[in-house]
Amino acid sequence: MTNALELQGITKRFPGVLANDQISITLREGKILALLGENGAGKTTLMNILYGLYKPDEGKILVRGKEVEIQNPNDAIANGIGMVHQHFMLVPVMTVTENVMLGVEPTKNGVFLDQEKVARRIREISEQYGLEVDPSAYIKDLPVGIQQRVEIIKVLYRQADILILDEPTAVLTPQEVEGLFKILETLIKKGKSIIFITHKLKEVLNAADDITVIRLGKVVGSIDPQEATPEKLATMMVGRDVNLVVDKQPAKPQAAALAVTDLAVRDENENLSVRGISFEVRKGEILGIAGVQGNGQTELVYALTGLLPVESGEIQLLGEPIHNATPRAILERGVAHVPEDRQRHGLILSFPIHDNLMLCTYYKKPFAHGVVLQEKAIFSNAEELVEQYDVRTPNIYVNVGTLSGGNQQKVIIAREFSRPIELLIASQPTRGLDVGSIEYIHKQIIKKRDEGTGVIVVSSELDEILALSDRIAVMYKGQIMDILDAKKANKEYLGLLMAGIHPSETSKN
Amino acid sequence: MKISTLANKTASEKRKQIAYGIVLLLAGFLIYLFFGRNVEAGVTTTFGLNIAGSQALKVPDLIVPAQTTVYMMMALVVFVGAFQLARGVRSTGLLLGILAFTFVFAFLTWAAQAKSFNLAGMLSSMLVRATPIALAALCGVISERSAVINIGTEGIMLISAQVAVVVGTLTKNLYAGLLAAILIGGVVAALHAVLVIRFKVDQIVSGVAINIFGAGITAFISSRFLQSGTNALNNSGSFPIISIPILSKIPILGPMLFENNIVVYLMALTVIAMHIVLFYTPWGLRTRAVGEHPKAADTLGVNIYLIRYVNVIVGGLIAGLGGAYFTIGSVGRFDEAMTAGKGFIGLAAMIFGKWNPFGAFSSSLLFGFADSLQVKLQILRIPIPSEFLLMAPYIITMIVLTGIIGRAIPPAADGQPYEK
Repeated sequence: MTNALELQGITKRFPGVLANDQISITLREGKILALLGENGAGKTTLMNILYGLYKPDEGKILVRGKEVEIQNPNDAIANGIGMVHQHFMLVPVMTVTENVMLGVEPTKNGVFLDQEKVARRIREISEQYGLEVDPSAYIKDLPVGIQQRVEIIKVLYRQADILILDEPTAVLTPQEVEGLFKILETLIKKGKSIIFITHKLKEVLNAADDITVIRLGKVVGSIDPQEATPEKLATMMVGRDVNLVVDKQPAKPQAAALAVTDLAVRDENENLSVRGISFEVRKGEILGIAGVQGNGQTELVYALTGLLPVESGEIQLLGEPIHNATPRAILERGVAHVPEDRQRHGLILSFPIHDNLMLCTYYKKPFAHGVVLQEKAIFSNAEELVEQYDVRTPNIYVNVGTLSGGNQQKVIIAREFSRPIELLIASQPTRGLDVGSIEYIHKQIIKKRDEGTGVIVVSSELDEILALSDRIAVMYKGQIMDILDAKKANKEYLGLLMAGIHPSETSKN
Repeated sequence: MKISTLANKTASEKRKQIAYGIVLLLAGFLIYLFFGRNVEAGVTTTFGLNIAGSQALKVPDLIVPAQTTVYMMMALVVFVGAFQLARGVRSTGLLLGILAFTFVFAFLTWAAQAKSFNLAGMLSSMLVRATPIALAALCGVISERSAVINIGTEGIMLISAQVAVVVGTLTKNLYAGLLAAILIGGVVAALHAVLVIRFKVDQIVSGVAINIFGAGITAFISSRFLQSGTNALNNSGSFPIISIPILSKIPILGPMLFENNIVVYLMALTVIAMHIVLFYTPWGLRTRAVGEHPKAADTLGVNIYLIRYVNVIVGGLIAGLGGAYFTIGSVGRFDEAMTAGKGFIGLAAMIFGKWNPFGAFSSSLLFGFADSLQVKLQILRIPIPSEFLLMAPYIITMIVLTGIIGRAIPPAADGQPYEK
């Protein structure tokens, strides 16, 4: 049997980085190849080369045994290669039909768009592959799971038979992930071949026919899913033995650190994003807030930290109201915030490390005497924190922007954890980080908890929520579906809550 | 499991409802205060519905009892305001329409009491005065839909206005002048396009530079060559009125819509054509996609740079037509700074029109209305200083730009250069 696709010796250099180093992979006809690797291992670069978005410095691409040149996405499409990007490439204010036809628009009389024809074709594809979607719906009104179907339809509409899916499960609930796997099965049955890029071990074992692991831009090896275990894959991926389970003692919760009552918050576009939620975080416990992204978690955190005004309801820190206080007033009372977008909200990338390490206390002693900054104190503080929090950097004077994601996050952790705090709010604390940094940051968060700090961890990764939390709240459309004890929680149950279905209610019906 | 849902109307929606209601009631009160009290009983106001020299069939003028009319307008706006407070009206546009209509009509009835006001003449000049604004707005729409901001419209129009009159005078052919104006508009816009797309110069800075350059070069050429006594270069004449048979005979609408010169007709055609292109053709689909999510378009093989270049240049051609209006489309000669900010007002019209061709055109009509009203009112000699009346279009511009009346959302990638 021929191979659908072969990459031979692909090398891609970016200034200062060797993103892909002599990578060779093979996709068998009618099979699913899982490309496994950590964030930053070079998977996405490789796929962008295959799709014509980057040009490789060296290497060959063979489609069904024939060498092809792929200069741009049009070449890729012409060779039957289609890509579902990690960040969906859909125009939110346009309809499904418009998005699908973009770039290959059929016309009536050679001038006018033929929307009906495309809509018919979309319905045919929907039926053929079990990808149900309304062609006239606007993308912005569709849940992410459906948006992903539109992406797949887009690829099928262009008659691709080699599909690349880049981190397709990152934004899905566990149930949606299962749905996706069913779709992939159907696609394979209809003769398509699929490359599935991920960093999640269990998915790979469930879905793949072949597994190729990439680390630091190189192929580490290929492995048969039958012989693979999560531990084996993790070791290949990281290059050393990894502890996949977070060690922690049972929580010893004390008095309430934070109490939220009937909180409602509007987002920047005036939409009501948090719709009347109440919860409590006690000192010495971790409350995990789970949920698919965009269900009000961001706005909740912004309201708690004073970045968005509170529409109604109350927030009390240690019994005192803090809603609608300024961010500085809130952080002075001992709230630490690890923001979800660390590069935009957590750091000033063009500032050196030492300045970033005192961003919330720069106006106080010892960093300032009156209006004058005290360099000595700032430098010694930075030296100390870099040492203590294991920030890997040549020195404290380089700009934070030059550090890796993991080290950037450590700078934020160092800044926030080094002052006396009562409440820690960590939003997506390990998104996009390597396994090593994730381990470290999880340990630090648990250490804070054990020191008696109340902790809120917001994450869209269920594994992270389950690993860290003592109690878990699930948010859906701005409301809390349920708050449950982490010991009693499992993925399936949380997944249903994340999709807005309350299991006890359905069983009653 | 119960999900506590908030009431259908949120607090801020309620606040908005009440605010609009109060504004309407206030308008009723102001109508009474300014106009109702100052209208004498038994006096009539005459609204002229015919234009001298027009082909339209004559209709009798509208003669209304001034006091009754003002009070009727007041009653209407108060009634709608009360209804809004009690129940709430869905359409903000309807509310604003009623507010504007009652206030303006009461105002005119008062201003022209015991006199005659030519309503048909005002409406007709509204469209003419809206023409350059609409063309500037359309230039903005077509380039910003592909995510390139072009605030250089004012400068482009000035240059085109001057080129139109010079070429028109030299060749003694107004159509040659028109063509030259359009082309030079395209050339200047192409310069902007190269700067911001190829070299990624800040789009605002480039636009400002074009405006300053346009003002400077036209002033220089004007004072050096055009102001000499002979008028050898600055006397082109202007396009004649083209009356469309039959249609121009309709009273009021005829002279307004069907007795205009070629620039006005071309503007109307541009509005329609742009709407069709943007929403019903592949080019339009790609343009909108490039304006909203260029990366998505790129991954589907759409040539982003090509789309942006073409759209910006087409915008320049349209602004060039707008420039031609000022000289060969109206007075037949060039004067310094004669565009008088119409390019900028056009940008306001584009925003107010939500980046849609018809929206931009409608809001241009609003500005044209303010402009022509101001002219007509000066003739009536009402007890308001003419300077205030002259401000009217600019005040409306500022109100529009504050976004009080419905916030407009620009194309998502507007103003951002595309990096592969």
